[in-house]
Amino acid sequence: MVPAVVRVARVRRELIDAWTLEIDPGADGFTFAPGQFNMLYAFGVGEAAISISGDPARPETLVHTVRVVGKVSAALAALKAGDWLGVRGPYGHGWPVEAAAGSDVLVIAGGLGLAPLRPCLYRLFAERDRFGRIVVLCGARSPTEILYRAELERWRRRLDIDVEVTVDHAGPDWHGNVGVVTDLIRRAAFDPPNTVAMLCGPEIMMRVAALETDRAGVTANATHLSLERNMKCAIAHCGHCQFSGDFVCRDGPVATYARLSRLLALREI
Amino acid sequence: MIETLDRYIREHRFFSGLDEDDTALITGCARNVAFKAGDYVYRHGEPADEFYLIRHGRVALEMSAPGRGTMTFQTLHEGDIVGVSWLLPPYRWRYDARAVELVRAIGMDAKCLRGKCDTDHDLGYEMMLRFVPVLVERLQSTRMQILDVYGPSA
Repeated sequence: MVPAVVRVARVRRELIDAWTLEIDPGADGFTFAPGQFNMLYAFGVGEAAISISGDPARPETLVHTVRVVGKVSAALAALKAGDWLGVRGPYGHGWPVEAAAGSDVLVIAGGLGLAPLRPCLYRLFAERDRFGRIVVLCGARSPTEILYRAELERWRRRLDIDVEVTVDHAGPDWHGNVGVVTDLIRRAAFDPPNTVAMLCGPEIMMRVAALETDRAGVTANATHLSLERNMKCAIAHCGHCQFSGDFVCRDGPVATYARLSRLLALREI
Repeated sequence: MIETLDRYIREHRFFSGLDEDDTALITGCARNVAFKAGDYVYRHGEPADEFYLIRHGRVALEMSAPGRGTMTFQTLHEGDIVGVSWLLPPYRWRYDARAVELVRAIGMDAKCLRGKCDTDHDLGYEMMLRFVPVLVERLQSTRMQILDVYGPSA
């Protein structure tokens, strides 16, 4: 429960309300599995659960992308190179990268949902030969709100992965897709019974995307969603992130659609 | 030419599985069309007397507003239908449709097809079964856009 005190090495503004912190984790580095999260502590303000968005093959740099939604995230986003913060983690179950070996992989990200998926993508690309088709579908609110846009453009130029981006609204200077990310699923090329799907974004988007992957024929056990809940202890003691009988911090944040489909429809949790 | 159109219609996702008689009836209302990048397929307010099945290329659906310029709310691709306002009175387009790149499509004479559907209700029902899912999918997508799920409170 005691956070490690670490230093911000670099800060990069990603969007109007999102910043990426590159953190020096110290001499031992920081190892994690794609999809896991840390509790980041802005001293004097509080802690927040933030997914890890860097490359798992580069333990010397810990990367978090933070969107400003409240006091703690605002304090984290205001950190400058050289500032100190606390880190606890990594916590939770991540993406099933190993289980996806030999299968097609369908990655669907909406908005900031690309941040928790990026470590997974780094690993998929680094071990490209172990997977079938890799399809990455990204949705954003508008062309100016596409997270990691330069990186997406670089990935799109690769010949061995399919990357499609769509925005909900656009002006005439945007020549890409317009429409919701779930519309891209129908046009994507993958073999549904032999596909592992990984979804992350606003919960409404994930619910609709999961219905679409289900309709396409991807099994509920092979469809994985990353949940977001308010977390405090991150070790399944406090109950803040309780989701029916599960704790998102311990049993998630990544879980199968088979496990979540009924629960996602319950308003009470 | 009719043979080619017949083949295009058979191969198009929207008409997949249509029987020979219905295909022949529909082909009688069809023509090949192409739009260069930047061409308008139709403009807001014009009579909706023809709709399109995209064979190749992309079409942007747009609306313009004073002070906001032109906003694109959907792009359509190969296999998609462009235009649904021909289905119901007053048969006028409600937005602009612009070719983003070279578009090749099957143009369907809406009045001709409406007439055939009025005469042959089996054909009309078949068309309805194909159009309703398109309308429902677009309604669902529009709902998600309206909810602004990526917005500040998301």
